[in-house]
Amino acid sequence: MIDFNSVSKIYKNEFTAVKNINLKIDDGEFVFIVGKSGAGKSTLIKLLLREIIPSEGIITYNEQDITKIRKRNVAQYRRKIGFVFQDYRLLPKMTVYENVAFAMEMICSNSKTVRREVPLVLSMVGLSDKAKYYPDELSGGEQQRVAIARAVINKPETIIADEPTGNLDPDTSKEIMKILTEINKRGTTVIMATHDMNIVQAYQKRIVELKRGVIIRDIKTGGCIDEPKEI
Amino acid sequence: MMGLASIGSVTAVLIILGFVLIIVLNVNNVALIAKETFDEIAVYLYDDVDEKQIEELGKSFKDIDGVMGVAFQTKEYALEKLKEDWGENAYLLEGIRDNSLPNTYIVQLKDVENSEHVENQLRTFEGVEKVQYHKDAVNSLIRIADFVKKIGTGVILLLLLISIFIISNTIKITVLNRQKEIELMQYIGATNGYVRGPFMVEGIMLGFFGSVIAILLITLGYRYITNYLAIRFVAVLSGMSGYIVGVEMILNDLIIIFLTIGIGIGILGSLISLKKFLSV
Repeated sequence: MIDFNSVSKIYKNEFTAVKNINLKIDDGEFVFIVGKSGAGKSTLIKLLLREIIPSEGIITYNEQDITKIRKRNVAQYRRKIGFVFQDYRLLPKMTVYENVAFAMEMICSNSKTVRREVPLVLSMVGLSDKAKYYPDELSGGEQQRVAIARAVINKPETIIADEPTGNLDPDTSKEIMKILTEINKRGTTVIMATHDMNIVQAYQKRIVELKRGVIIRDIKTGGCIDEPKEI
Repeated sequence: MMGLASIGSVTAVLIILGFVLIIVLNVNNVALIAKETFDEIAVYLYDDVDEKQIEELGKSFKDIDGVMGVAFQTKEYALEKLKEDWGENAYLLEGIRDNSLPNTYIVQLKDVENSEHVENQLRTFEGVEKVQYHKDAVNSLIRIADFVKKIGTGVILLLLLISIFIISNTIKITVLNRQKEIELMQYIGATNGYVRGPFMVEGIMLGFFGSVIAILLITLGYRYITNYLAIRFVAVLSGMSGYIVGVEMILNDLIIIFLTIGIGIGILGSLISLKKFLSV
């Protein structure tokens, strides 16, 4: 479980990015973090990734106070979280297979495990036939699927996706959402930051809305609609 | 390309450093030899000093504080020694009827630092015509050696800082080029050690290759210079061969020093760059 307890972040120039955030996310939840640019979504994510520490309050991850994690142990903590970037961040000189395998090599997995797991994950995201392709040979949607594959390959407890559909058209965005929903169904917590309200309304998941660094809305929708509602 | 430029810069810096080191070593060597060689005072006696007085003077000289030992040279021995030194021109001395060279006591000092005290004491004895010691020359050499050592140390420290700066900048460029990759690695959960590793290796390799090239060039260059000077100025250098530090004498130490410095500045340069840019 993730717990933000009265968390605020004030930067050196006295800008308050988030203020008095109280937010609990249970294991296995799918949460949309919504808000306009500058609302504090990125700050919330950086706090959760332990990229920055809060000026006030405590953040716990499975009851561990992450603000107290030593710098040298941050890497270990981050292995519990898979991260999906808006701009995919694929390594251009590596193939699809190598990009996904890269994530396993970072945590020193042995080559046998890599050879077993990577094809499985590529199959999950529907890219088995593109394993030898390079990123510039793929569409935006395919690149994002590779990024998701990389994020899940180490079986993290939580996936954080920062505007994963930001650069994609509606149809491709649906494909990505389908994959993320499937991952969530298997028990992984998914936290998705987005300002695309069409996606949010189509997939009726929990919505946490930020405005000027404050939570103004936290709605847990009833039911589990995994297929998008046509808008 | 940047790597080659960096190796070149490190090599250039280490070559200069190497020659500064060699100059310091040679000047120091000259000073040391001068100290050891010129640790004797020549005491010339009047011709009318008889054998008994000569013997007593010898005993008195030995008792002076700071004197290690004394040796007596007769005027005849002095003439023979002069003939030896003149070599093929010694025939010019054959016709001498009156040997005007004095009887001489060679007084050996325990420490050149006490030379003034001993010199003053020697002058007080009756029968002593002249006391000769190359004190000023020795002191000048020691002062020059100290000065060169201080300047040399300053130059070497400055060059080391320049080398570290050069390598740090090269690594910085590599880090900047790979910043996205580094960020990605850190988000995925790679440890700082894993991220730093390749850059540290790069820094070490730059320093290593820079020092290997520098060692080769300095060894060849120094050997060439000493051989050239020996051929060109054989008459002068044959007497000075003991003063010049030979390449073989310092090669092992030079290799150890250069490799240590080269690898050391490679590591330091990398660490400085990485510390600044590994922030995620």
